[in-house]
Amino acid sequence: MTFLILAVMTLAGAITAMTLRRLVHCVLALAICFVGLAGLYLYLGAQFAGLVQMLVYVGAVVILIVFAILLTRSHEAPPQKKWTGLAGVCVSAAVFAVLAWAVIAGGAIQGIAGGQPQATMQQIGSALMGRFVLPLEVVGLLLTAALIGAVVIAMEEKQSAR
Amino acid sequence: MNPLTGCLFVSALLFSIGLGGALTRRSAILVLIGIELMLNAANLNFIAFWRYGPHPEALTGILFVIFSIAIAAAEAAVGLALILSVYRHFKTTDLSRLDSMKG
Repeated sequence: MTFLILAVMTLAGAITAMTLRRLVHCVLALAICFVGLAGLYLYLGAQFAGLVQMLVYVGAVVILIVFAILLTRSHEAPPQKKWTGLAGVCVSAAVFAVLAWAVIAGGAIQGIAGGQPQATMQQIGSALMGRFVLPLEVVGLLLTAALIGAVVIAMEEKQSAR
Repeated sequence: MNPLTGCLFVSALLFSIGLGGALTRRSAILVLIGIELMLNAANLNFIAFWRYGPHPEALTGILFVIFSIAIAAAEAAVGLALILSVYRHFKTTDLSRLDSMKG
C-alpha cells in the first residue's frame, strides 16, 4: 500500500512536470516527484540513499533549476508543435513497451527476495573508504572540475573578447 | 506481481515520461528536467535490484546510486551554466530557435 502511494506520487509528479506550461509549476511538480522517489528509497530500506536524494535533488538541483528559470526570464514554455509532440509520445510509448516486455519476460528475477538487507551508515562509510576509495577520489575530482567549469561557462564575457 | 516487478515497472514508466518530455518540450530547462528524470529511473532500478537481488551485503547498488547522484549533480550544474550562457547569447531558451552554430 505504501509502495502504491509513493509510486503514484512519483509518477504523477513526473507527468505534471512534463506537461504544464509554466516553468515554475513544472519545477514544483518535479520536487514532488523527487520526494516520492526518496520515499521509495526509504521504503526499500536504503536510508542513506533516500536522505542523499532528499538533500541533493530536492535541496540543491531543484533550487538550481529555479535560479536558472529566474535568470533566463522564461516564465512560460513555448507551445509545442503538434507533430513533434505526437512523435515524441509514440517513441516513448514504444520504449516503455520494450522495457515492460523485458521486465515481464525476464523470468530469472523471480523469487530471490529474502529478508530486509542491512545498510547502515557505518557499513557504507567503511565501503567508501575501503573497496571504493578510488572511485570516491575520482568523483571528488570530477565534482571540483565540473563546478569550476560551470562557473567559468556562466561567467560574464569580457567586452574586449568581442 | 512481486515487489521487484512493481519497482521495475515504476522505473520504466519514469524513464518513458522523462524521454517523452525531453523529446517533445521546446524549453531547454524542461529538456534538462527530462534527463534528470531518466537518471532517477536508473537509480530506482539500482536500489530495487540491491534490495531484492542476491548478495545485498556487498552494498554495490547503494554505492552506485551515491556515485550516480554525484555525477547527476555535476551534470545539472554544467547544464544550467550552459543554458545561461546560451540565453545570454541568443536571448532565448527556445530550442527550436537555436539552430545556428555561428554566433
